[in-house]
Amino acid sequence: MMSDNVPVVEGRGIVKRYGHVTAIDRSDFELRKGEILAVIGDNGAGKSSIVKAICGATIPDEGEILIEGKRVNFTSPMDARNMGIEIVYQTLAMSPALSITDNMFMGREIRKQGFMGRYLRQLDRPAMEKFAREKLTELGLMTVQSINQAVETLSGGQRQGVAVARAAAFATKFIIMDEPTAALGVKESRRVLELIQDVRSRGIPIILISHNMPHVFEVADRIHIHRLGKRLCVIDPKDYTMSDAVAFMTGAKEPPKQSD
Amino acid sequence: MSGANQNSDTFEAAADRTEAVAHFGNQRRGFIGQLQHILHVNSSFVPMIVLVAAILIFGLLLGSKFFSPFALTLILQQVQIVGIVAAAQSLVILTAGIDLSVGAIMVFSSVIMGQFTFRYGIPAPVSVLCGLGCGILIGALNGWLVSRVKLPPFIVTLGMWQIVLATNFLYSANETIRSQDIEANAPFLQFFGAKFNVGGAVFTVGVVFMLVLVAVLSYALRHTAWGRHVYAVGDDPEAAELSGVNVHRTLMSVYMLSGLICAFAGWALIGRIGSVSPTSGQLANIESITAVVIGGISLFGGRGSILGSLFGALIVGVFTLGLRLLGADAQWTFLLIGLLIIAAVAVDQWIRKVSA
Repeated sequence: MMSDNVPVVEGRGIVKRYGHVTAIDRSDFELRKGEILAVIGDNGAGKSSIVKAICGATIPDEGEILIEGKRVNFTSPMDARNMGIEIVYQTLAMSPALSITDNMFMGREIRKQGFMGRYLRQLDRPAMEKFAREKLTELGLMTVQSINQAVETLSGGQRQGVAVARAAAFATKFIIMDEPTAALGVKESRRVLELIQDVRSRGIPIILISHNMPHVFEVADRIHIHRLGKRLCVIDPKDYTMSDAVAFMTGAKEPPKQSD
Repeated sequence: MSGANQNSDTFEAAADRTEAVAHFGNQRRGFIGQLQHILHVNSSFVPMIVLVAAILIFGLLLGSKFFSPFALTLILQQVQIVGIVAAAQSLVILTAGIDLSVGAIMVFSSVIMGQFTFRYGIPAPVSVLCGLGCGILIGALNGWLVSRVKLPPFIVTLGMWQIVLATNFLYSANETIRSQDIEANAPFLQFFGAKFNVGGAVFTVGVVFMLVLVAVLSYALRHTAWGRHVYAVGDDPEAAELSGVNVHRTLMSVYMLSGLICAFAGWALIGRIGSVSPTSGQLANIESITAVVIGGISLFGGRGSILGSLFGALIVGVFTLGLRLLGADAQWTFLLIGLLIIAAVAVDQWIRKVSA
């Protein structure tokens, strides 16, 4: 359909200031088709600011954001969501007391057809449950007992899984994942990393924000290193070691010249 | 089978599209765990058991004096006001708020309905509409202060309680409209008090309204997106906002609806006591919170069902009538209700402990 070299998202010269503090300093950003792009950077480097600017959570002061080559002006994360951009928050943004199905469809419920749906606004539970079950099964997550189980009865990894499944089910452009393995144990992290690769193999590109170098190096196709409010460089994890990446990130080592 | 094996097994099974709905070993919870699970899924279970037990015990002790259609429907009549107000209170508490102004809104609305009719000669139905509108307006003000100005619901409604009650006394000049006058000139105001008989059981329009209201709200909370949003906002407002729920609109709708329901309670109050009195219904806020808490709705929001608060109101009604018929001091009722409140909150805390 579209030529392969148009990035899914492109940020050009993005600037965001908070008073005297410049959180994003003329930074660029690029996510390509079908890739997992890891975004790393020291605390306060502004990696979450740049990602927030891309998904509409903050409005940049300068610069432009292009989605599939078209300029967009998001004013809220809802605008981004309506374009098919999904975010898996570090907090997961789920209501613990509600069921898996309720959580998956929160804010975009399916109503019944006909009188019951139109006038009595009844939810189409069978359709919602079927969809939720399908999506969880697709990602190999049907290890939960029931789709109507409350989210708080799930383990940390399962919750993360449901959050990822929700994003994968509704994303048409790309998914942003904020520290998806930060709260998980070794085994559960492994499962979530497999899940992230599964989602990529379905053709949905992913922006992965993470502090965990082994995880980043395991799944990322490219690594965006953020330093002092801007993109320092983008590296291929096959060409560099983790200690190189950390050295670039902290300024201990000069970044490589960007050829591409 | 170890956990790791099981996990990878089920992953493979799912990958083969066999849709294996696997379990991971929490089938055996034991009796206590099972009970905790049932309560977790259905929080109105405990109040229902307490209600049935209370009816049976008083029935055994008092025989047909208590266990008659007349006495049982008398309880319904006695709890109708608290039952209606508790429905409003439930909605607000489900959003992790609290509404201390429910009683004041109720009384002020009833005073508006009465005074508009008698002071200005406005037709009763129009006055009733004005009273209902006033309830919505006060509710909207509460909602706006909670949702937009971000003040704690407790403080907002504590203030609103005083403001509305004072306005009520100032406006009405502390004047009661007598029952006979209403009956002669504007019987429409007493509409909720209209009685009808079904084989010894006496129902009023107010009782029917209470039951229908609970049924409608129960449906809306369980089967509409709005209802799910109310729970989500009470559970975790930030998470709800991030998943695309309009938290502001949900809170506004809840407080406005609460105000409207309280105004209806004001109309029902005229039917119940016959007159319009600015000093009536002073305890409605505390009684409604009592019913909600006994009914198993969590004060921390997001948990419980509206049916529970109806049971809660009925439990209080059954205790009150039962103990009175037994000739016990009324203080015993308060003592028992106090115990029930503490027990209900303890159960709620216990239920909230469930996790994987």
